[in-house]
Amino acid sequence: MEHTSNEKLLDIRDLSVEYHSNGKIVKAVSNLNLSLKKGETLGFVGETGAGKTTTALSILRILPELPSRITSGEIWFNGENLLLKSKKEMQQIRGKEISMIFQDPMTSLDPVATVGKQIEEMIGLHEKLPKKELREKAAQMLEQVGIKRERIDDYPHQFSGGMKQRVVIAMALSCNPNLLIADEPTTALNVTIQAQVLELMKNLKRQYQMSMIMITHDLGIVAEICDSVAIMYAGNIVEYGTVERVYENFCHPYTEALFDSIPSLDEDQEELKVIAGLTPDPTNLPSGCPFHPRCPYAGPECAQQAPEVRETEPGHIVRCHKDLKGGSGNE
Amino acid sequence: MSEYLLEVKNLKKYFKTKNGPLCAVDDISFGIRKGETLGVVGESGCGKSTAGRAILRLHEPTAGQILFNGQDIVKYSPKKMKEMRRKMQIVFQDPYSSLNPRLSVQALIAESLRVNNIGKSDKEREEQVKQVMDVVGLEERLINSYPHELDGGRRQRIGIARALILNPEFIVMDEPVSALDVCIQAQILNLLGRLQDQFNLTYMFISHNLSVVKHISDRIAVMHLGKIVEIADSAEIFNNPRHPYTQALLSSIPIPKVNLKRERIILEGDVPSPVNPPAGCRFAGRCRHAMPVCKEVCPELKQCGNSQVACHLYPAEENSVR
Repeated sequence: MEHTSNEKLLDIRDLSVEYHSNGKIVKAVSNLNLSLKKGETLGFVGETGAGKTTTALSILRILPELPSRITSGEIWFNGENLLLKSKKEMQQIRGKEISMIFQDPMTSLDPVATVGKQIEEMIGLHEKLPKKELREKAAQMLEQVGIKRERIDDYPHQFSGGMKQRVVIAMALSCNPNLLIADEPTTALNVTIQAQVLELMKNLKRQYQMSMIMITHDLGIVAEICDSVAIMYAGNIVEYGTVERVYENFCHPYTEALFDSIPSLDEDQEELKVIAGLTPDPTNLPSGCPFHPRCPYAGPECAQQAPEVRETEPGHIVRCHKDLKGGSGNE
Repeated sequence: MSEYLLEVKNLKKYFKTKNGPLCAVDDISFGIRKGETLGVVGESGCGKSTAGRAILRLHEPTAGQILFNGQDIVKYSPKKMKEMRRKMQIVFQDPYSSLNPRLSVQALIAESLRVNNIGKSDKEREEQVKQVMDVVGLEERLINSYPHELDGGRRQRIGIARALILNPEFIVMDEPVSALDVCIQAQILNLLGRLQDQFNLTYMFISHNLSVVKHISDRIAVMHLGKIVEIADSAEIFNNPRHPYTQALLSSIPIPKVNLKRERIILEGDVPSPVNPPAGCRFAGRCRHAMPVCKEVCPELKQCGNSQVACHLYPAEENSVR
């Protein structure tokens, strides 16, 4: 918002990723287009298996090599196509330009190294600094995330879950990256601790002026911290726009279903409105629009033809044949 | 007080540790009326699951009474307790780890019957399994499937079927929807609501997700470090939270709405350890209203308006409404 410029930091074009499993091909991401401006925070929302994490791992090129393959597309970051980079060049980018925070802080830290050592290692990979300065910088990073510098020689098991996630954040930010990808950073935490960590991330984002991709299934977190939001279903973005626009004027039936599934805190509902069925089998996606078997508005064209994206207003993109709001659409 | 189906009085559950007793549940009392849902919320480690299990005596209570239909089941012999558990069932959180991966759906659900020697023949049991599968919305064609072939929602339906097939009166729901995606979560919540109406079930619904608890509960108990700090009707808790911990908990829920103006109470620090907990109010260290008395005297649960609150901010009402 206040810090976003119009300059694109990240631009994903036509990205497709497949996994091979038991002779079957899983289309995890298909022809995904997405861009992120400098200073922008994007929420990436969808159910398990929608392709959120796969997209994030593609940006960092850390998809498991054997079963997965990027079959098409370009990922432009700061004017360079990351998919054409060599392994060595990618190593320079990871951690320095783009950092990632994973869901479970309990498993993403090394249990046999002190937190100080782990942060120093990260900085040392990208900056040649004398030992003393490395240690000083690590201590500063800990202070940044609200941990006393005296704890620099403690091991991860001596910290609580929320503190561990702070250490992970300190590590991710230690090289001042342009882009931070946070994959469900608060899902493993308690609500009051989640509130602490979100507050911290909000402040750091402002201070470091970085862009962020926040992967989550919690629409509440998106409302709290993001500028724009992309709703994913079965490997593609079905709706994209500013948080304000999408939350107050969503146009895709799946987005509607997501909002309907959350029990409201303001009103009493006897029953929740639910959509029938399950997310489709990714090895065998339905024809046409992958959401059509579950969609209450589906018409004959939805089963035959995959909908193209259209803009309902500048910057608000929907992939649907129908028009939930206007009723004009393609009918 | 016979209006309650289940009444818990001064229940304690301590675990022995090297550093002293871990007070997982420390002197809690509450009642649940027939057909009612009591929601139990709190952060991980506050003792909500332990309380649920202690009520079924899956953990033996350290002290206290558990009156079910007026009978103190803590005194029951193991044999009598086993019979009693037909009336008192539990559904666990993680349908990925609570089901034996080597049993088929049929075997998983029939196991409840077999363990309790219900049904004369396998044939008769299979009939019952089919019936209950229909009730919880599992397609009959899945009867020979294994858990790994099913999604989380269907697995949780198996967990519910296993409890339901014994015709229980009371079910402890221990985070039954926490491991599920929102759309599936909504399906299961609706199912639980329908089953409650259909069979006049009484639930103790344990969850850390406040919007889920609000949706399903008639009354809500808020737990913090082994103690109930506030208990009231669902609407009262949300519209008029009294305990500072309840207030902080409510203000930390991320709400999926834009341009929301609300005060956020960010709690400093972490939940203290339940091993040798501090004297006085256990929330005092993180409480923004803490007074000197809070560090010394542990507040009792008292009637305050329409809630019961354990906090020194609210002096005891002499002419209590109830």
